[in-house]
Amino acid sequence: MRAYTEKIREIARRLLEACTVERVLGFRRGSVPMMNAPCFVKTPAEAANLVWDSNCGINLANYLTSRSEKIGIFAKGCDSRNIVTHIIENKIRREQLVIIGVPCHGMIDRHRIAAMADGEIREVVEDENNIIVQGDGFKKVHNRHDVLQANCAVCTHRNPVIYDELVADLVEEPGDVDRYRDVREIEALSAEGKWDFFDDLLHDCIRCYACRNACPLCYCPTCFVDESRPQWVGKSQDPVDVRTFHFLRAYHCAGRCTDCGACERACPVGINMRVFTKKLEKDCLEKFGWEAGLSLEARPPLDAYRPDDPDDFIR
Amino acid sequence: MGIEPGRLQFSWISSAEATKFVEVAQAVTETVKALGPNTHFVKHEAKVA
Repeated sequence: MRAYTEKIREIARRLLEACTVERVLGFRRGSVPMMNAPCFVKTPAEAANLVWDSNCGINLANYLTSRSEKIGIFAKGCDSRNIVTHIIENKIRREQLVIIGVPCHGMIDRHRIAAMADGEIREVVEDENNIIVQGDGFKKVHNRHDVLQANCAVCTHRNPVIYDELVADLVEEPGDVDRYRDVREIEALSAEGKWDFFDDLLHDCIRCYACRNACPLCYCPTCFVDESRPQWVGKSQDPVDVRTFHFLRAYHCAGRCTDCGACERACPVGINMRVFTKKLEKDCLEKFGWEAGLSLEARPPLDAYRPDDPDDFIR
Repeated sequence: MGIEPGRLQFSWISSAEATKFVEVAQAVTETVKALGPNTHFVKHEAKVA
């Protein structure tokens, strides 16, 4: 990871010195452990602030929406797929971007590590295979494969799909990964079982909308939850309103979500709302053979008409 | 999402297909009546302590 950081600083400096881009979008160290923050670097000197480690789980494509300047952006597999989605949806132009691909080894799950710690975490460092967590009077070493974010553990697109240059050699993509076991388990439940499962899942939601704000797909100028005329969904903590918000948001991401995990990562109470978007992702793959953000040429399923679209649920 | 199968139905009916509309409307009503009153996704008044 140290090699990544060095290389990232070098590339950012070069791009800014040559004025190829006006700013570079990357990560700087966060003020608390495991919370690297996205940052725009505008001068070659500032490039020294950039870092890369296993805490760069935020999706940088989120910060490209409707930008007008030339931007250099560091992109993991998922970021790059969301950049593709942004380009397809006319939120940014390809010519505006210098995409520096970062072959990804997976990001670590801050919720899980915090849950396993014996108190407040003061420092998290890592080497090739281990994550070393230190706090007041305790020290724990985790194998990084055991503490990967849930979406990273089943990721099949670690390498960027679109890039102008690379930070390191491409990594090997895992071959047979069962991406949808959790979704199948929920699908197998009875109607009542599903209702209870989602009740339980969303019980802690405080409607802070962190998931929406972290999501690169959620760029509507006015989100449906903020509309008051008409008011699509109640603003209360009522379980019905909470559920409406999560289901509707997921549907807005249908055929667009890349399972980057930014929503789950951003959640302050650790709700796994990815089960919603993953169900839609699974349907898109099974019914339309579609995976979001892999190509600039193909049109997404909700944007294209095919006479052979599966429609057996319509009478 | 926890709604019983049958409570939610989709149909594609042209404005010229009055008979189909009647058929579908009747079928939907019957299915939903058979299921009984909806208990999920109902907002109750806020409980005040």
